[in-house]
Amino acid sequence: MSSTDRYIPDRLQSPLQRRLKSWETLLLAVAVAIFTFNAFASPYFLNAWNLSDATFNFTEKAMIAFAMALLIIAGEIDLSVASIVALASTAMGAAAQVGASPATLVMIGLTVGVICGAFNGLLVTAMGLPSIVVTIGTMSLFRGISYIVLGDTSYGGYPAGFKFFGQGYVWWVFSFELALFAVLAILFGVLLHLTNFGRAVYAVGNNPVAALFSGIRVNRVKFILFLLTGLMAGVASVCLTSRLGSTRPSIGFGMELEVVTMVVLGGVNILGGSGTIPGVVIAAFVMGLVTFGLGLLNVPGIVMSILIGALLIGVIALPRLWGMWRG
Amino acid sequence: MTVMKKILTTVAVAATLMGTAAQAETTRIALVVKALGIGFFEAANKGAEEAAKELGDVEIIYTGPTDTTAEGQIEVINSLIAQGVDAIAISANDPDAVAPALQKAMDRGITVISWDSGVAKEGRMMHLNPSSSALIGNTIIKLAADHLPDGGDVAVLSATATSTNQNTWIEEMKKVMGNYPKVNLVATVYGDDLADKSYREAQGLMATYPNLKAIIAPTTVGILAASQAVTDAGKIGQINVTGLGLPSEMAGAVESGATVSFAIWNPIDLGYAATMLSYNIAKGAKAEPGASIPMGRMGEATLDENGEAAMSDPFTYDKSNIEQFKSIF
Repeated sequence: MSSTDRYIPDRLQSPLQRRLKSWETLLLAVAVAIFTFNAFASPYFLNAWNLSDATFNFTEKAMIAFAMALLIIAGEIDLSVASIVALASTAMGAAAQVGASPATLVMIGLTVGVICGAFNGLLVTAMGLPSIVVTIGTMSLFRGISYIVLGDTSYGGYPAGFKFFGQGYVWWVFSFELALFAVLAILFGVLLHLTNFGRAVYAVGNNPVAALFSGIRVNRVKFILFLLTGLMAGVASVCLTSRLGSTRPSIGFGMELEVVTMVVLGGVNILGGSGTIPGVVIAAFVMGLVTFGLGLLNVPGIVMSILIGALLIGVIALPRLWGMWRG
Repeated sequence: MTVMKKILTTVAVAATLMGTAAQAETTRIALVVKALGIGFFEAANKGAEEAAKELGDVEIIYTGPTDTTAEGQIEVINSLIAQGVDAIAISANDPDAVAPALQKAMDRGITVISWDSGVAKEGRMMHLNPSSSALIGNTIIKLAADHLPDGGDVAVLSATATSTNQNTWIEEMKKVMGNYPKVNLVATVYGDDLADKSYREAQGLMATYPNLKAIIAPTTVGILAASQAVTDAGKIGQINVTGLGLPSEMAGAVESGATVSFAIWNPIDLGYAATMLSYNIAKGAKAEPGASIPMGRMGEATLDENGEAAMSDPFTYDKSNIEQFKSIF
């Protein structure tokens, strides 16, 4: 690449996109490789129902990861998502005790998610606080409320119709969660890649000041993204609560790290400005396949965490090391 | 080249996935615990391995999530179902949340039992309690009476006045008091499972009943506080503190002699018994109310109408074995 290559702004995406494309291709190759190896490593892997069960390892996390990807592209982060899941689940549990219908429960779960997202968004945009600090705080706050309400007890007794969201199947082995995951992937893909709002998200992440002077309402974009993330945490909470059929304050503990891992593995720049939804989708499958494959071989969970951590660091560090080595 | 490098890394990672292949006709029993890295469960695994060695053709899969979450256990259960293990013996993080996944396991012909921390009735074939209220009630009075050949006054230091467990155990204890005619129960006091209040209540007992020979505390907080109170009052040898305690906490009291012996379930026996039961049910034993299923050196488990069984008397810890267990739990 010679220094005479100069790109006019509207063509800036061209080489960038090529790089991203290669990232997704690479991830896809990784996914295929893991799939193939799993198929050879364990005789139980290639079974429609087993694979269907395995999708539950990532569908809920991936739903949050879609919104989180947009938020991280815009240069912010929300570490409170797992706690929002817990708080929304606690609210639904409390409502279920007084006989709320499945539809009401879903509304409550989503509403709590949106309120929590709005709270995060307000603190970040209206008060100008750094999102990582704000959401570390609300991470303790939201889950703390769940602990105060529930202590070491649990909510159960969800209505029978509520089971569908986490345990129902749309068709054959395709669960409702998997279908919802697919629909949301398309919706977020369209939102990020085909709408003005999506362009604004990239602009905010790349250079918020320039974006502001280009007429983008930066704070509004960020606030909407926090709302969306809260909403998706609410959606995930509905699915998870329905799947478990019970709520404890520890529900979804540690989920935020896996969500962020998924986003970063998907090629989203943790510093903001770049990333794609297809990348996150493939990353979700990669993580799901790795954990399921390792699970089939009875690799202990602790070792699994180490491998996922190593995978993440490797994926982030390798390109950079490669660049340094090349000078 | 960078692509090449990444692919090589991937291959390396994936290659580790290829480790084990399917095994021959061994019975594979999964011991699913609340979370890995907990001494109590590591000890249970020791017992499971002991049972496996005794049975010969058994492979133990010791597994569990990294956090004590129900969703983590469900992931584990799903991968065990996928592998088609022969049996799952689980100590559940949530009795209801894991039930659907375990039902699925049973639908696919996998034997499912719970132990230690139970699963809702529809999600398992049987549940193994470490002990029963009657056995615990009998054990705590026996521990006191064994060291009182001439009888004497004993008092109970319980948790709160409304603690269901403790009240049941004390009731059961009173039922068998007739077997120890020279032992005289003078009082029952409540330390509310608070260390300082339990300590003061123990002091109060010693002041009120000068002939007190033993304090029975069926709570881990109470027994520790009472042994401390007896030690501080210089009454080691006069008053024996006993009841239910944790070896790690009670090691000091046993060494000083404030507590001659105490009891609690033995996790090694529990893992052993759970494995034996899983094996026998997987091999055809019927887990139905009233059935008796052998569990090796632990005797037989008799199922009640809820499909629950009690393993044994709580295990007694004293100077002879406290060293071994204090590092376990």
